[in-house]
Amino acid sequence: MTLSSAFPLCQARVSLGQRQTDDCIRASGCLSSGDDDGLDATTAQHFRIPGYPEMSRRSVIGLATIGALFAIWCLATVPLRLISPGRFPSPLDVWISFRQVAFVGYANGLLYQHVLHSLQLVVLGFAVAVATGVPLGLLMGWNRKAEALINPVFLFIRPIPPLAWIPLAILWLGIGDAAKILVIWFAAFVPCVINTLTGVRTIEPYVIEAARMLGTPRRRFVAEILIPAASPMIFTGLRLSLQASWTTLVAAELVGALYGLGRILNVAQQDIYPGMIFVGMACVGFFGWAMTLILSRIESRSLAWVQTARSH
Amino acid sequence: MTMGPAERLTPLQSMTCGLIGILLFLGIWSGLSLSGVVPHQFLPSPYDVASRFVQLLSVQFAGATLPQHLASSVMRFSYGFFLGAFIGIPLGLLMGWFRMLDEIVSPIFEGLRFIAPIAWVPFAALWFGTGIGGPILIIFAGAFPPCLINSYRGARFVSRPLIEAAQMLGTGHVRIILEVLLPASTASIVAGLRVSAGLGWQSLIGAELIVASTGVGFMMSQAQLDLATPTVMSAMVAIGLVGLLFDVALRWIETAVQRRGLS
Repeated sequence: MTLSSAFPLCQARVSLGQRQTDDCIRASGCLSSGDDDGLDATTAQHFRIPGYPEMSRRSVIGLATIGALFAIWCLATVPLRLISPGRFPSPLDVWISFRQVAFVGYANGLLYQHVLHSLQLVVLGFAVAVATGVPLGLLMGWNRKAEALINPVFLFIRPIPPLAWIPLAILWLGIGDAAKILVIWFAAFVPCVINTLTGVRTIEPYVIEAARMLGTPRRRFVAEILIPAASPMIFTGLRLSLQASWTTLVAAELVGALYGLGRILNVAQQDIYPGMIFVGMACVGFFGWAMTLILSRIESRSLAWVQTARSH
Repeated sequence: MTMGPAERLTPLQSMTCGLIGILLFLGIWSGLSLSGVVPHQFLPSPYDVASRFVQLLSVQFAGATLPQHLASSVMRFSYGFFLGAFIGIPLGLLMGWFRMLDEIVSPIFEGLRFIAPIAWVPFAALWFGTGIGGPILIIFAGAFPPCLINSYRGARFVSRPLIEAAQMLGTGHVRIILEVLLPASTASIVAGLRVSAGLGWQSLIGAELIVASTGVGFMMSQAQLDLATPTVMSAMVAIGLVGLLFDVALRWIETAVQRRGLS
């Protein structure tokens, strides 16, 4: 079956044979993608639809898959009644729930208020964790004594998953914002410290020796050598931290909160309101994705020099 | 700037430092608790937590003793974890080999991946009530993605000559996947399992905090309602210990696999 017959809509023209591109893909692979960038791969094969920009075979099939899923969803819920509306919402239910939460309000507020509240907490907790975790990581990476002193305490606390701190945080600080920030801090702090530490350890010794030989003062050494040289690993830590922060915040809000996306989910669960659950989950996914995207943009901007340095 | 990352401590030095670190930590903790700076109800001393922990081994709290709660959590965890591994690993390998499958599954997977596992709790409650299915769904949501990603990556990065040699000898799809891709990506898969176990375990605890009638998470939420801080902390210690046990077991498997791969 040729691809153009599979997707007649696109009038696709396949420039390379199937077998050949398969080889390109496996050879080029997705080695270029970083630690956690997902399953993207670069392809050499493109579709040309007159009047539209070129699309890769991958995105065409991806769009077709999403379209097919949507069609199945539409058909299975309303016309065929394969799924009972009490268990999974139809697209129309989702749209109605979305309009309700966006314009009328649900669970104490409008959608944008819930989203803003959650995002504020995540950014705040994440910022506190970065501000404490990165310096501690630098210290532990640089000073073996500090590492030997602090590491055992870490070994002690690290296996406790961030979500397990939620009840204690509620006991200490109630269900308000302070408890959420504490829990996010627990979630985001550890990856920050560990990755910064690893980053410092992977600095080439000759860089440090050169700086020492030139008598670089301590402050300049930290700002101009230690932090930049460790920054690729620091960013890996930040990415992990951010994901952990978001998961933990949603959990903490599900356990007890007055506002936020987790609160929407919690109230929707109690009301047995599938449409609203769907909207809440979609928002959790969308904003999680958006934050990761923004961080990776910042990362590629600030680490542009690493690429340049490597290509020379 | 006399110390540098290159200068290592002797084992004795690092042991002493470690001991001082732990003692300092416990000292500050008990100091804060015993001096009354922080109310005792909110921060029990390490001794209180330890004695409560020992007590909970035989005394029931929220319907069961600590080991019983742990056992029901671990049982749920293993269902969800093995389900994630049994679906995630084969699917990842198949996606690494058959490009069409990869292109079909990837967008769906990418769309679902960013939904925090814990956000499945409302649907899990709606679909399964308080039955075993709900927690399994949530553990699965936590454990499945790393299994799939790592086996996929493992399969994609198998060295080209190996595959070409197999193809030249006329090896079929099934045998290539089972005898070339699977062995070559074992290290990556085991690494993925470690991440999976961590995420699955933590998702389960989160789920039990919200909807459950047994399990350590449930025990913690009950203790929190009772303002029983030592019980909450004992449960945290138990959760940490079990998580550590999973990690140590999988790390042991990881090194065993690597050693076998080298020889």
